Amino acid sequence: MLGSGILQGLLVTAKNFVGSFHDPARYTTLEYPEVKPALPEAYRNFPFLVCDNATDPLGTLRCVACQICEKECPPQCIYIEKSRDKKPDATGKPQIYPAVFAIDTSVCMSCQICVEVCPFDAIKMDQVFEVATTDRYAALLLDRGQLTKPNTYFHTIHPTEAAEVDARLAADRQAAEEKARVAALAKAKAPAAPQAPAAPVAKRDQTPESAP
Amino acid sequence: MIAAALTTDSFLERLPVLARDTVTGRLPESWRWMAGSLLEIIAILAGFGLLFAYLTLAERKILGRIQNRPGPNRTGWFGLLQPFADGVKALTKEDVVPAGADRVLHFLAPVVLVAVSLLGFAVLPFGRHLVAVELDTAVLYFFAAGTATELAVFMAGWASHNKYSLLAAMRALAQLISYELPLLLSVVPVVLVAGTLSTTKIVAAQGGWSLGFVPHWHVFTPWGAAGFVLFMVAALAESNRSPFDLPEAESELIAGHLTEYSGFKYALFFMAEYFGMCALSGMAVTLFLGGWGAPLAQLEWIPSYAWFTAKLLVLLLGFIWIRATLPRLRLDQLMKFAWKFLVPLTLLNLANAAGWSLTAGWTGPLQLVRWAVALALVAVPFVVLGRTLSAGSAPRTYRFA
Ligand code: SF4
Ligand code: SF4
Repeated sequence: MLGSGILQGLLVTAKNFVGSFHDPARYTTLEYPEVKPALPEAYRNFPFLVCDNATDPLGTLRCVACQICEKECPPQCIYIEKSRDKKPDATGKPQIYPAVFAIDTSVCMSCQICVEVCPFDAIKMDQVFEVATTDRYAALLLDRGQLTKPNTYFHTIHPTEAAEVDARLAADRQAAEEKARVAALAKAKAPAAPQAPAAPVAKRDQTPESAP
Repeated sequence: MIAAALTTDSFLERLPVLARDTVTGRLPESWRWMAGSLLEIIAILAGFGLLFAYLTLAERKILGRIQNRPGPNRTGWFGLLQPFADGVKALTKEDVVPAGADRVLHFLAPVVLVAVSLLGFAVLPFGRHLVAVELDTAVLYFFAAGTATELAVFMAGWASHNKYSLLAAMRALAQLISYELPLLLSVVPVVLVAGTLSTTKIVAAQGGWSLGFVPHWHVFTPWGAAGFVLFMVAALAESNRSPFDLPEAESELIAGHLTEYSGFKYALFFMAEYFGMCALSGMAVTLFLGGWGAPLAQLEWIPSYAWFTAKLLVLLLGFIWIRATLPRLRLDQLMKFAWKFLVPLTLLNLANAAGWSLTAGWTGPLQLVRWAVALALVAVPFVVLGRTLSAGSAPRTYRFA
């Protein structure tokens, strides 16, 4: 009958009106500055650098300034300068570190490629979206200090990925220790049983590098 | 209008009149009439101005809730100061007049529109003793004054020197004139049955209860119910409200005749729209819903103006609800609806009301016959006309949606 559609429509809007007062599934608005949204775990926007120790962020950077991310970044918004000296990293091994590491977030397109290519799990995607500034040049160019955040923070924003990374790093470290132990054992045994004439030469070349 | 009944009424009922008399009582005799009228004008302006302000807020809040969002809630407690913030904003905005515009007409259009849409309030009986001007031909005056809004809308469209404004103004003229007819024709039955053009007498004719609890409001008769619905549909169109907001169809015509208006002039147009809506709703209350009458005799201790306000608010909320629900019509649908559907139905309704008043003396089983015939005269044409007009167009199947 003519008008039944109108009545149905009125019913729909009335249901919405009443529902918005008691049904959170209908009323989805978050009053933003007071109520922060619960971001999905996979949400990402700009990269940050992971450090292992929150008390000494710049001293425990995982980044070794290999510059792979700099080369791979599609819009070329990462700028890295290698250090001239070496500093011990989190495991105590001396490593080159980035003397300058800057990301221009006005150019970054949040593609996550830097994260994918980093062999050291040193760069990860952040979830900070309140990045508005009054200065669109300098304030959007983030330097090493601004980019560095502790691993614990990584755990809070991407728990699954962080746990996976931690497990992998621990496994790698263990494997490395195991290898070192085996190598040390082999070295200890080597003088006792010098059967392979070529091996000691190769070993002698390697040891100075890996020993200290 | 005051003298006789005043002594028997409750204090609250008399309060507005007493307040007026205390103020005018201090003035010399010859000035009292003037001062009283001025006070009434001020009261209407303040009352409906405030109603307008909070109606905009209510509309935005209700629309928000219907669309599952909170609506304005930042200015003041629950957004209660929002209308004033909007007012300040409208006042401080730059007033842009297009170079090609007719400056005088461009300025005059909103002023005339507001002035004209306020005229109708003069004859609305807001309460038992509350009517600014008691005219014998109040209904006629009300609609005659209301028609002038069309002129103002066309002024705005013409003076803006803008194609969208002009198109909108032409649409507005076509729409307003087409819907003037069903609007007036749906009022005629009331005048016919009540036998008077005076709003106060029409309200008085709806006083009393049958069986002790059914008020004698016109809306509770078959022709009255049909007339009320027809009147409200035409009123929607007359006040340019959705789904009949073709003149300012923002998706087609930017803002229609408002395109070239900014700042406070724009706010004036808005105000006029709401005043028109309030006035027409007030008229609907007066004509069909028993005016300031209480629905039950036991509830008469609540002052009459409170009842009028309550009924008015219910109708206004209905306007908002409809706006939130229905999409806009197309121009040809709009015209078809007015001329092929509303006008025949209002004419039939007039005949129905005539039959109703002729058979007023019928009693007993004849009363049942009277009701059955009247109901059939409402329902059958509605169904038949609806079927024939929507044949072939509804229900639609959407193949690519
Ligand atoms: S997320 Fe993409 S664009 Fe941004 S720094 Fe990494 S590689 Fe470059
Ligand atoms: S973040 Fe990773 S890929 Fe980029 S320079 Fe540092 S270690 Fe290399």
